[in-house]
Amino acid sequence: MTLVWKPPLLEILLLLMWLVVNDSLALYQWLFGLLFALLIGYLARKLRPRTARLRRLGLALALCWHVFCDIVRSNFAVGRIILGTIRQQPKVGFLDIPLELRDPHGLAALSIIITATPGTVFAGLDPDSHVLTLHVLDLQDEAAWLHTIKQRYERPLMEIFE
Amino acid sequence: MSVVPALSSLSPWLALPAAILLIAGGLLALIGSLGLLRLDGFYARIHAPTMGNTLGAGCVLIASMLTSSAAAGRPVIHELLITLFLVLTSPVTTMLLMRAAIFRSQTGRDGQGEETS
Repeated sequence: MTLVWKPPLLEILLLLMWLVVNDSLALYQWLFGLLFALLIGYLARKLRPRTARLRRLGLALALCWHVFCDIVRSNFAVGRIILGTIRQQPKVGFLDIPLELRDPHGLAALSIIITATPGTVFAGLDPDSHVLTLHVLDLQDEAAWLHTIKQRYERPLMEIFE
Repeated sequence: MSVVPALSSLSPWLALPAAILLIAGGLLALIGSLGLLRLDGFYARIHAPTMGNTLGAGCVLIASMLTSSAAAGRPVIHELLITLFLVLTSPVTTMLLMRAAIFRSQTGRDGQGEETS
């Protein structure tokens, strides 16, 4: 992917989606899909002219894999906490993390990663100070959460989107 | 109209993992729902249903891909789209709920976000 030519990611994704939904690779499906992708792509750009720039596809795939592993691990962690509520309630709390990531698409991806992982939910982002607030179900070790968000998610996202 | 075979008409080498995945997905969703009951307060409860939405749904979708691919005799990947839509929509809903709860507790319309069911 060169920097000169921006691949129309949204249109490609929409076309693929159309083909998968219709479960067919017939020529007319390609044509309809292309029409659909161009129309929706055009409307989406009217709504939001700013397009994302994806770089380092390999790193993006590695990040997806990390997120997948973390989601699986967190599922078991949260399950254990829920089954353990007979003995004690978990220590919930908010956690503030100052961010260096500025790209809006990267921030959107980060908030989705955080919320999709059981045990952490995005709770706010201060537009001036760029401090991210999380709500954590099991707030035992704040430094560990901070490290995970900063090193495991924010750093690759900065490289991918900025 | 596609023919949907019973689980028993599939090869046991496929039916077994599919069944295990379905049970695992069901258990994960059940534990997540149990969390809604057992955890204290809105902020703790918001974490519980994510289990059913992520790994729980994932297990069911993989089981669905396995069985429908075997039934159709070719790879069926519609489930990937469901995964994509879940990943895009469910966190957004959760964030909206979270922001609404924080707003309510900040404006003092609600005692620390407790019992906002």
